[in-house]
Amino acid sequence: MQFESFSEFLAMGGYGFYVWLSFGSCSAILLAIFISSLRDGYKLRDEVRAQMRREERIKQAKQQEQV
Amino acid sequence: MNPRRKKRLLTVVAIVFGVGSAIGLMLYALQENINLFYTPSELINGKGESHEKPFIGQKLRIGGMVVPGTVERDEDSLDVSFKLADTGPTVTIRYHGILPDLFREGQGIVAQGTLVETNVIEAFEVLAKHDEEYMPPEVAEALKGIKHEKPKYNLGNEN
Amino acid sequence: MWKWLHPYAKAERAYQLCNTLLPYFAVITLVCLVIGWVWGLAYAPADYQQKDSYRIIFIHVPSAILSMGAYSSMAIAAIIALVWQIRNAELAVISIAPVGAAMTAIALLTGAAWGKPMWGAWWVWDARLTSELILLFLYFGVLSLYHAFEDKKSAGRAACILAVVGVINLPIIHFSVEWWNTLHQGSTITKFDTSAIDPSMLWPLLINIVAFAGFVGLVTLIRLKNEIIQHEKHRPWVRELVGRGE
Repeated sequence: MQFESFSEFLAMGGYGFYVWLSFGSCSAILLAIFISSLRDGYKLRDEVRAQMRREERIKQAKQQEQV
Repeated sequence: MNPRRKKRLLTVVAIVFGVGSAIGLMLYALQENINLFYTPSELINGKGESHEKPFIGQKLRIGGMVVPGTVERDEDSLDVSFKLADTGPTVTIRYHGILPDLFREGQGIVAQGTLVETNVIEAFEVLAKHDEEYMPPEVAEALKGIKHEKPKYNLGNEN
Repeated sequence: MWKWLHPYAKAERAYQLCNTLLPYFAVITLVCLVIGWVWGLAYAPADYQQKDSYRIIFIHVPSAILSMGAYSSMAIAAIIALVWQIRNAELAVISIAPVGAAMTAIALLTGAAWGKPMWGAWWVWDARLTSELILLFLYFGVLSLYHAFEDKKSAGRAACILAVVGVINLPIIHFSVEWWNTLHQGSTITKFDTSAIDPSMLWPLLINIVAFAGFVGLVTLIRLKNEIIQHEKHRPWVRELVGRGE
């Protein structure tokens, strides 16, 4: 461990602002693209499911018409 | 014009604009870096085959090493002057402001400013250049025999 | 090799391959990222010149390397898509581009936050920095070209062509520090033999590079799966898959 205390770790020898700005913006970007990629996937699957249900309903309605 | 064509046209325009500005930026960077860049010996002896010298009042960039022992700080302002050299003659740089943390004697720096005398530059920007080597202080001391200290400002309010 | 690769040209097989690879990438990314950041931030020694500010290297160098690495993979996929007309390769191009753009943005931001205390400026119009900024514009160009066309066939072709043309920028970025008088220093990591970086700093740096590479792979796989579903959403296999709740 290079630092004696937690506050020293946060201070980064006086460069805390720049170091934490970098690591902060980096984590924000990594998290944002990761989460948005996952959410796109869920949304897409929901859309496909909704479409499948719609087609199912249309099929049923058509069958009832014939009867 | 139908909306699809309009959209496509807009895209093409956007791309042409994007590529254009990219090339523009590149040329701008090159111009800054090549045309106006001098080393101290180029400044004194002339640059290139035609030995072109800058004129007084010209804006230019200069890169070199800070000559050890030449850094003079004003007692009660941020004025600082130092000499810059590469292999031959030295050039004096005058600057007003806070220097970057890496600025120290023997350090490579790049200054931007106006030539006020044939060998004096009034800088408005001083940037420190560092090398690609990284090592712990103990290793540096053992390897190079150098001990790096942060420069001390005469003003107590550097932070 | 082609015989072995050929089945993956089929969307369903490609999707399955993504699923197989995903957990490995996820584990590698998570493990290396945690180790790399803790080691880099708390355990690696401070630099003799730059003190603790140099710790930004542990994200700046990996993101810069991966911004170029992602671009080369994207360009290779684009060539495959153009020459062999393989749809999955085109989808890969579109999946990599946002991740590559994110890496470029991180490299530029962390570089600015490092340049301010050390050089004395957030930004300089230096050849290295300018060409990296152009890389970001190239990623944006590929993405906006793809999304600008209604007809996805011509959209894909246009995006791929731009991706391939933009490869010119990669050697410019790499050699900019040698060709031009830049403020940016030379490469640290390509000079293993001259040990430009002390081993106590090199190891956490390498781990972080693996972590970032893993991240690029991971997010690309997730996005590629999404793109495949988007393009095959009327096919029975997708319906079966989605119906199962996968």
